[in-house]
Amino acid sequence: MIAVVADSIDVQAVRAAVTDPGHGAVLIFEGVGRDNFDGKGVTALFYEAYAQMAVPVMQQIAAEAQERFGARVAMVHRTGEVAIGEASVVIAVGTPHRAECYEASRYAIDELKKRVPVWKKEIYADGSQWKANATTE
Amino acid sequence: MPSVTVRYFAQLREQRGLDDEVVAFEPGTTVHALYTRLFAHTSVEHLPVSYARNATTVPADEQVEDGDEVVFLPPVGGG
Repeated sequence: MIAVVADSIDVQAVRAAVTDPGHGAVLIFEGVGRDNFDGKGVTALFYEAYAQMAVPVMQQIAAEAQERFGARVAMVHRTGEVAIGEASVVIAVGTPHRAECYEASRYAIDELKKRVPVWKKEIYADGSQWKANATTE
Repeated sequence: MPSVTVRYFAQLREQRGLDDEVVAFEPGTTVHALYTRLFAHTSVEHLPVSYARNATTVPADEQVEDGDEVVFLPPVGGG
């Protein structure tokens, strides 16, 4: 399951997509709306995606994680307004053993943040700003 | 004259005030030249964009062709 959706993400559905009887480990990563950035209060987040490109890039990242770590990966990114505490992205990873599960989960979110054409606007009490990911994050 | 459909996202959509538009071009125009033409003398003139042609990343000197979909990609912020 690789998707860009306009509504809240069904975490259990993402988890179910990596089910495999040969796996001994599953990790679910949720990126959630945080209420601050550099000491400034954030009231909500707004995401926009170039879905026709975002989905193939996410599929590519999932294929890389499969090749490198033997991982089965599902990832869903949300667009539109995301409230504080709600998930903007959910990544489920399943592998035979736990060590590569952690590595694959980290790989998937790091690559998503670098490569997938999704943009985030932070909304403050007194304005808003488009925020790019840090290149070293 | 040949034309491309340009789609705008994030700050470029806001700057342009449009989701997309059809833009005519002279043969030999590159994606970078198109960006410069559309956003010269705006607040996003020097934004470090990358370029997509028909949903695939291309270098700045890639030439556009009639009927292409062109997207300028601002620095991404997903996750």
